[in-house]
Amino acid sequence: MSDIKITIIDREGVSHEVDAPTDMNMNLMEVVRSYELAPEGTIGICGGMAMCASCQCYVQSDHVLPEKSDDEEAMLAEAFFVKDNSRLGCQIHITEDLDGLEVELAPAED
Amino acid sequence: MIKTDILIIGAGPTGLFAVFEAGLLQLKCHLIDALPQPGGQCSEIYPKKPIYDIPGYPEVLAGDLVDNLMEQIKPFQPGFTLGERAETIEKLEDDTFIVTTNKGTKHHAPVVAIAGGLGSFEPRKPLLDNLSKYEDNGVAYMIKEPEVFRDKKVLIAGGGDSALDWSIFLADVASEVTLVHRRNEFRGALDSVEKVQQLKDAGKINLITPAEVVGLNGEEKLEKVSVQDTSTEEVTDIEIDHFIPLFGLSPKLGPIGDWGLEIEKNAIKVDNSLDYQTNIPGIYAIGDVNTYPGKLKLILCGFHEATLMCQSAYQRIFPEKKYVMKYTTVGGVTGFDGTKKEAPKAVVKAID
Repeated sequence: MSDIKITIIDREGVSHEVDAPTDMNMNLMEVVRSYELAPEGTIGICGGMAMCASCQCYVQSDHVLPEKSDDEEAMLAEAFFVKDNSRLGCQIHITEDLDGLEVELAPAED
Repeated sequence: MIKTDILIIGAGPTGLFAVFEAGLLQLKCHLIDALPQPGGQCSEIYPKKPIYDIPGYPEVLAGDLVDNLMEQIKPFQPGFTLGERAETIEKLEDDTFIVTTNKGTKHHAPVVAIAGGLGSFEPRKPLLDNLSKYEDNGVAYMIKEPEVFRDKKVLIAGGGDSALDWSIFLADVASEVTLVHRRNEFRGALDSVEKVQQLKDAGKINLITPAEVVGLNGEEKLEKVSVQDTSTEEVTDIEIDHFIPLFGLSPKLGPIGDWGLEIEKNAIKVDNSLDYQTNIPGIYAIGDVNTYPGKLKLILCGFHEATLMCQSAYQRIFPEKKYVMKYTTVGGVTGFDGTKKEAPKAVVKAID
């Protein structure tokens, strides 16, 4: 009942509309992993501590997102492929307000 | 040639605990790790962060967990090859292995346990077109011998502790130190940030923020970098001898991926019904580096995997020997260093 719809464009450019639960204490990075939209080992490397940028994504819808923490700001300052709409997926909690969110995964660093 | 019973690749929590379990079976261990210190991710990425799911510890800092593991395995005198990456493996006719690091250090053991976590930590390289042309030719990702920079013009990029610390250090060595960072804010220890501020005020560090390096130039070797102010987008060329990008480390499975092991989802497939052995007999994979149905990348699961791996390794090394698992409470812990820990004996004494 508390699922929301999120559109995720993977690193190959393929768009996926997925159901994300709001009652499982999940973040966007975990949603991507649960649907295996990016290969294991290429996303969520630090486990969700905002200490790597492997879950960087570009937010394409105009949802109001929570402010970036200092950790997220600092990590994005050192990440590659950063754009104005870059966020770390692990720092975006899935809540009902995010219904209809559209994000694109940033390229993997290699 | 370093000889040991179990050669462990990766000195994170799983690899360290394997030393303890091996020691109980009187097997000696040696560990290789690409990082300069033991502890793996726990030491490198999040030493000050708490972990809440280590059995028996309601809360423990990752760095403290590593310290405790080092203390726990001390009696078993593990050897360490640190700051070197396991590069190649060769299986000998007697079914033992020789593992050679990127620096040529050779290790010989009948059992190899890969506890490599997410892989070896490699420097993150900035995305610049001709970067590889200048590698070891003006571009360095780590500072091995600071004297190389004596009286040279050095430009450091990055906003973390290592960028700050090396800028401070090189301010006394190099003729010119420029520090470039994409933001005005730095993420580092407070005294490092303050020290850089002082050196900047004293004219010993040329600080350029918010900015980033966008181009490299030079005929044979690096001579110039282009630095773009990220607010005005204005590009300035700076003459330098060395460019040191310090953007932290990221893990790569690396050469282990080419050892003929079955890989799935960037991890090594193992037999989880038995002993966490890979498709190559004698090579095991434990902890975050392995995968099997239902795998969870948790430290506590790595501990369990390490324990079963050691039992299997023992059988492999001594196929003729019979062995029964003994509780440490019963058998105590006898170190290779001559120490012995055991439960105090009950006193038998009559009460008058």
